[in-house]
Amino acid sequence: MSITKKEVEHLANLARLTLSDDEKARLTREMSNIIDFAQKLDETDYDSVKPTMHANAKTNVFREDEIKPSFKASEILQNAPQQDEGCFVVPRTVE
Amino acid sequence: MSELIFKTAHELADLLEKKEISSEELTNAQFERIEKTEKYIDAYISLNKEGALNKAREIDRKRAEGQKLSHLAGIPAAIKDNICTKGITTTCASKMLYNFVPPYNASVMDRLSDTPILGKANMDEFAMGSSTETSYFKKTKNPFDTGRIPGGSSGGSGAAVSASEAIFALGSDTGGSIRQPASLCGVVGFKPTYGLVSRYGLVAFASSLDQIGPFTKDIHDCALVLNEICGHDEHDSTSLDIPTADFTKALTGDVKGMKIGVPKEYIGEGVSDEVREKVLEAAREFEKMGAEVDECSLSMMPYSLAAYYLISSAEASSNLARYDGIRYGFRADGCTDVDEVFFKTRSEGFGDEVKRRIMLGTFVLSSGYYDAYYKKAQKVRTLIREDFNKTFEKYDVLLAPTSPCTAWKFGEKSADPLEMYAADICTVSINIAGLPAASMPFGVDKGGLPIGVQLIGKPLGDADIIRAGYALEVHAPKISPEIGGAR
Amino acid sequence: MKYETVVGLEIHAELSTKTKIYCSCENSFGGSENTRCCPVCIGLPGTLPTLNKKVVEYGIKAGLAMNCEIAEYSKQDRKNYFYPDLPKAYQISQFDFPLCEHGFVIIDTENGQKKIGITRIHIEEDAGKFTHDPYRNLSRVDYNRGGVPLIEIVSEPDIRSSAEANAFLEAVRSILKCIGVSDCKMQEGSLRCDVNVSVRPEGQKEFGVRSECKNVNSFSGAVRAIDYERARQIEILESGAEVEQETRRWDDMAGKSFLLRSKEEAHDYRYFPEPDLMPMEISRGWVEEIRESLPELPHEKKARFMAEYGLPEYDSGLISVSDGFSKLLDDTVGCGAAPKEASNWILGEISKEINERCITSDDVPFGGQALAELIALINKGTISGSIAKQIVPDMFESDKSPEEIVKAKGLLQISDEGEIAKIIKEVFEANPKAIEDYKGGKTNVRGFLTGQVMRATKGKANPAVINKQLEIELGKL
Repeated sequence: MSITKKEVEHLANLARLTLSDDEKARLTREMSNIIDFAQKLDETDYDSVKPTMHANAKTNVFREDEIKPSFKASEILQNAPQQDEGCFVVPRTVE
Repeated sequence: MSELIFKTAHELADLLEKKEISSEELTNAQFERIEKTEKYIDAYISLNKEGALNKAREIDRKRAEGQKLSHLAGIPAAIKDNICTKGITTTCASKMLYNFVPPYNASVMDRLSDTPILGKANMDEFAMGSSTETSYFKKTKNPFDTGRIPGGSSGGSGAAVSASEAIFALGSDTGGSIRQPASLCGVVGFKPTYGLVSRYGLVAFASSLDQIGPFTKDIHDCALVLNEICGHDEHDSTSLDIPTADFTKALTGDVKGMKIGVPKEYIGEGVSDEVREKVLEAAREFEKMGAEVDECSLSMMPYSLAAYYLISSAEASSNLARYDGIRYGFRADGCTDVDEVFFKTRSEGFGDEVKRRIMLGTFVLSSGYYDAYYKKAQKVRTLIREDFNKTFEKYDVLLAPTSPCTAWKFGEKSADPLEMYAADICTVSINIAGLPAASMPFGVDKGGLPIGVQLIGKPLGDADIIRAGYALEVHAPKISPEIGGAR
Repeated sequence: MKYETVVGLEIHAELSTKTKIYCSCENSFGGSENTRCCPVCIGLPGTLPTLNKKVVEYGIKAGLAMNCEIAEYSKQDRKNYFYPDLPKAYQISQFDFPLCEHGFVIIDTENGQKKIGITRIHIEEDAGKFTHDPYRNLSRVDYNRGGVPLIEIVSEPDIRSSAEANAFLEAVRSILKCIGVSDCKMQEGSLRCDVNVSVRPEGQKEFGVRSECKNVNSFSGAVRAIDYERARQIEILESGAEVEQETRRWDDMAGKSFLLRSKEEAHDYRYFPEPDLMPMEISRGWVEEIRESLPELPHEKKARFMAEYGLPEYDSGLISVSDGFSKLLDDTVGCGAAPKEASNWILGEISKEINERCITSDDVPFGGQALAELIALINKGTISGSIAKQIVPDMFESDKSPEEIVKAKGLLQISDEGEIAKIIKEVFEANPKAIEDYKGGKTNVRGFLTGQVMRATKGKANPAVINKQLEIELGKL
């Protein structure tokens, strides 16, 4: 199966990536190759096989409903690219 | 320069305990070494000299006061730069996190609270790669040949231990990222059973495959570091709640009666003759020591690489979505609205390999393709696990190559992603099945480049690997690199 | 042509657990921005979620109260989309194995009771708050609400009008409050819903094309959004065009909905199993334990009030949806009051007082003993009904018993025949015109005279005694 440039554009949009024309062309080619390679999986029949999601088989891992102190707002915001009045800030266009 | 830095952690632990040396002295010696060799190696993204020396002095003081300390207390280490260290920049070798200072420690760092942190080791960006070439900051060189890659993604950790720029190091292994650089740099690298070491604070690449593990100079050190870092953590729901073992108990040197399988698929096509020969030589050594060695088969192995790239990319596409320029890390300049912050930040902040995996993972999970790719890969995962389970009914440990080839030259495999991905052929299925595995040095190729052999254990059979590795180590030639014309 | 409206609702209710769903930060409302946050709930690199057991318990509890089957196997999934209030760029939710499925809720309609199917109930995390500051030309994000536990309750498209939707929302709210899993405070946004609406010509079996309305934050908003959407879709159909499947945003201020995205632009959420959380295998023992802990539900209460107390359906319905009122009724009756008298006081003076004070039925400061005492005071003739009404506000103000209030305010009823006869004579003297009229045959001045006696005693005179003595005194004229 090959992937189209249009599909690459759609996926880039889902992933919030802007791609140059070169990148689009390269990714269209490379992803098609990788997906071709993945077709190898089709050699086996999987109808009766259950998927495995985790690398171990634990179940029912719960935490008790007990409050622990939160972090200080200054620590929460310490890496913020932009902040104001204790909040993370995002620029906004006036319409 | 002090010879201390060429010693192993277990030797140094004894010297520290007897107070024949201080941690400060050792840590200073370690930084002297780094100053001398780092210009050839580039193992570190950032150094933490002041912090490490403060920690060393704190440990020395505690020791003088007779306080109880962990066995490895005061022995300085390198930490892969995707493990969160409170107050120390943690970049994942990405522009995206170039300035990220975690306000919290990874659980594994809390367990290593007596360890002076030398610095944060270089890696492939977000641990995606097999050569450390995708790092945003620098290319780490293989200490055995600085024209060659150290392997990846934990290339900085592997190179640091190999070049005596750290006594031991932590790395992370999603598809071979500890074992392969260990193999290429001639050191021991261990990927524990999934869930044995907490992932809390390890910046996620593929959550169901990632596992933290040590790089050490020998198997004894590996057992010691495992003793420190393994154990249940309530912050990680995938962490196993089992009593912690003392891995040094497996340092017996006795493999009599141990059943060792050599899966034929791992030494077939695609594996270099020299690597194959070393694996077979190791098999003969085991036999001589009284182990029962047999050829076996893991028929699902040819499917593991495709399944691995589908699963890991799918999880990565979701794990890396949070880098959006709002809460931490890089934000692109000149954005006027939210969408622009998202698109520009992510397009400028991620490198090519990361973008490729995000795109692939987004495709694999997208509507209409989920069943054909992601779900199918998870079914293959079931079959791979069953394959291993069946094999481990007969064997205690499997012996295989770690990497199909020795260290390659910079740029040699960068052009074609599939060629690069193929370098992981011997390691990925272990992550898919959640098994423990180690790579240990076992000689060199014609060019003097290290060859590693891989020991694979059953789930929670980590001690079996230590036991087999410790016995085999005796028969492995001692190798060490020459850097800048000196040891 | 006549059209039928078809509505399905997705209700999001915040759970009143102590901590958030995936970290140990406090789950509460208000306070300064980003002060109830930790590395986990702001999605710092490397952090991992850990599931709050209470959230699962509350989810199961809600499921049982809404007659659902509880899953034996359930898991959490990631729903991937970008938005500034979503710190990990995915919401941990449940996709193909929700906690609860196949339930129903019974609502009262004009045509009697109706069963509304519950498709599923699942647990998930709330997002933070993204607000725009038009003056400063920027937007702010506060993650205090990020990670607050939610249940999403999805109904079958069984609702046929905005009135039914309102009844359903009321029923769900009263159940959630009754079982104590959510405080359902609308003004704090702890109950929100998405509304799916379609119309079809009456008699047609197939459903019409539906639109989904987001951002509905009140029950009245849901009613208006449904009515608006119904009208919009009928207008489209009448014009000969076809309704498009789309997502719309309800603007409550404007009373209109606006197109958010078309079917083609619909999000591809790329759900997949959350690798950081392990699946749940819910033991039947646990489910039974939770079932045992369920309190009497509103519809059960209503049936009991009708059967045991002989209350009318109307009274029973109104009282049963309120936990506070139900308890007050039961306690008052338990203290010996007649159920209908208790009900009258609860739905009359007490409700009036609650409305005036802008408090809720859970905030009545006195219990059944006090109300029973008030009723007994009337029945014993200690006070009159009108005096009783006067002291209800005092019962809200002070913690004194009704009897203490009556004594303190000197409101004891006057039943002494001699004293009342004396007052009647004074009233006669003060109102010669009325006496003349009475003598002239206008017997209806009796009412006026009774009122004057009441006035003279500030309402404290026993009406029965007034009646008797007035008869005697008028006979003497």
